[in-house]
Amino acid sequence: MPNSQANRVDLIIGGAGFAGLALAIALRQALGERFAITVADPALAQTPSKDPRSTAIAAAARRLFEAIGVWDAVADGAQPILDMVVTDSKLDDAVRPTFLTFGGDVEEGEPFAHMIENRHLIDALVACAKDAGIDLRATAVASFDTAPNSVTALLADGSEIKARLLVGADGARSAIREHAGIAFHGWSYNQSGIVTTVAHERPHHGCAEEHFLPAGPFAILPLTGNRVSIVWTEASHEADRIVALPDEEFHAELEKRFGLHLGDIKVVGPRRAFPLGLYTARSFIGERLALIGDAAHVIHPIAGQGLNMGLRDVAALAEAIADAARLGLDIGGLQVLERYQRWRRFDTMTMGVATDGLNKLFSNHSDVLRLARDVGLGMVERVPALKRVFIREAAGITGDVPKLMRGEMV
Amino acid sequence: MNIAGNSIDRGEVERFGRMAARWWDERGPMAPLHKLNPVRVGYIRDQVAAHFGRDPLTLGSLADLRILDIGCGAGILSEPLARLGATMVGVDPAEENIAVARAHADEQDLTIDYRATTAEAVAEGGETFDVVLAMEVVEHVVNVEEFVATCASMVKPGGLMIAATLNRTLKSFALAIVGAEYVLRWLPRGTHQWDKFVTPRELERAIEATGLDVIGERGVIFNPLADRWQLSSDMDVNYMLVARKEGQHAVPENAVGISE
Repeated sequence: MPNSQANRVDLIIGGAGFAGLALAIALRQALGERFAITVADPALAQTPSKDPRSTAIAAAARRLFEAIGVWDAVADGAQPILDMVVTDSKLDDAVRPTFLTFGGDVEEGEPFAHMIENRHLIDALVACAKDAGIDLRATAVASFDTAPNSVTALLADGSEIKARLLVGADGARSAIREHAGIAFHGWSYNQSGIVTTVAHERPHHGCAEEHFLPAGPFAILPLTGNRVSIVWTEASHEADRIVALPDEEFHAELEKRFGLHLGDIKVVGPRRAFPLGLYTARSFIGERLALIGDAAHVIHPIAGQGLNMGLRDVAALAEAIADAARLGLDIGGLQVLERYQRWRRFDTMTMGVATDGLNKLFSNHSDVLRLARDVGLGMVERVPALKRVFIREAAGITGDVPKLMRGEMV
Repeated sequence: MNIAGNSIDRGEVERFGRMAARWWDERGPMAPLHKLNPVRVGYIRDQVAAHFGRDPLTLGSLADLRILDIGCGAGILSEPLARLGATMVGVDPAEENIAVARAHADEQDLTIDYRATTAEAVAEGGETFDVVLAMEVVEHVVNVEEFVATCASMVKPGGLMIAATLNRTLKSFALAIVGAEYVLRWLPRGTHQWDKFVTPRELERAIEATGLDVIGERGVIFNPLADRWQLSSDMDVNYMLVARKEGQHAVPENAVGISE
């Protein structure tokens, strides 16, 4: 009988995405070698990572990566967003009036966000986790059993690991969440985001653009060199049709929306459509279980806040666990879990509702709504203090911010 | 399974296991004590770390310190301190508490020397400790002066005594009458009698009469909005107090292999 003697660790994390790896590294740094952590994810077999997507890293998220020591490894490949332009237009408008621009510094010399390619960040996190002595397993958490004082994770490769706490960081379709029987409530927008990487002729000067087209937001996000990542919202059936188009026709559809301001453009990455929705787990915690990142909540990418929210989970949970461990208390106990849940749930709901409202406001053909949002954006543009609040909110540094998100160690 | 030579009766273990689940159930009858625990463990850890020159944020902050937990119950305080590296001795006169404590520590892979005995008996045996804890017990003893003297006699030179108890004030009287949940209800009704509560002044006098110096005191209040206990300057109801014994303290540099 293999593995009748389960491996014993303090913490097992199912999922080696940004959230899972960042949590493991932060805790290992805070608590040292006496604190044993296992991270399990089949994606760990794939090094270097082949994830074609790019992600906006808000200032607070960057501070977390700095605090855990992985930012230096990816800084060269990160493109600061130095400026942001928001327009509101119909597809065939010759000129898109600009209603909002952001000079994008949170503090002097600190851009409110960077764009980074996922694979760079994942590779840096994996390397850092290895250096820190975290046990990485290229297999999934298939299921788990909870006992009064421990949780035993059963891995897909047949091994068992016993821990005080299990963290579900295995994404929007979390198997761990499902196994725990925690419902995932929300709705699909019947919209999908078409994502790809585009090379262009003229430099973008670090300027991000968000065009509120009738079908939904079309975002152009600068990467290093003359490249941008695009997130292009369409009704789901339309998105699927566009993604399946032959290259030339896809290019034509893209150009119609992208415009010509950066010169000639060329698609240089794979194109994929991701369905958009707003979902939140009925609870972020269970018996000896905490959910973080997309396993706990999925929001509309309109404001680029998805990763930022996931990292806020990481920062809050890391702090709750570290505080308890340093008191010799049970890190999988009710008090740790409730502290985490109290800390994160309200914030998550607020952000979810805000981005939902934003999306409904902007994904609309009504001229009345269009006038209203233009007046609103115009006002934000004219009142510097209000704009500053928006920038700080987008950067994720408002509210009761956990230490890691302030760039401090837990 | 090899049980040869094991004197533990399985039936007993299971019975105590079930009771341990009650004691240790964070939603059970001891919930208020579990909620209080982080604050008092934090106070103890910080006072002890500061006194003995340790980093309170490392996982082994209490390594090699010998600590006595008087009135340890099922070990809600002893276990976290043991996890921080302390060599724990827990005493409680109630046999069943000790059995529950042993069963639970065993499950946690913690080594704690639990004894069904009294502080007086330990003192008579001549044992001494780096830290002597009298948390939530002073209000139960018949004679505060004698009890404090017993505790103080077990503190090594340069060591600490830390006590937590309830103040005898109008506020605590009012709370006792209404049986306010997070103040007095974590033990069976009747366990706490308001007229046995001890004021900080009385406790200080008793401690200083033994030659120890009181070096710090802190109130503990319940914040119902945050649903947790916190340290406070308000000592009207719950408070903690730390005292030091004169002398040169010698912590073994390496506890392994030391024999007396």
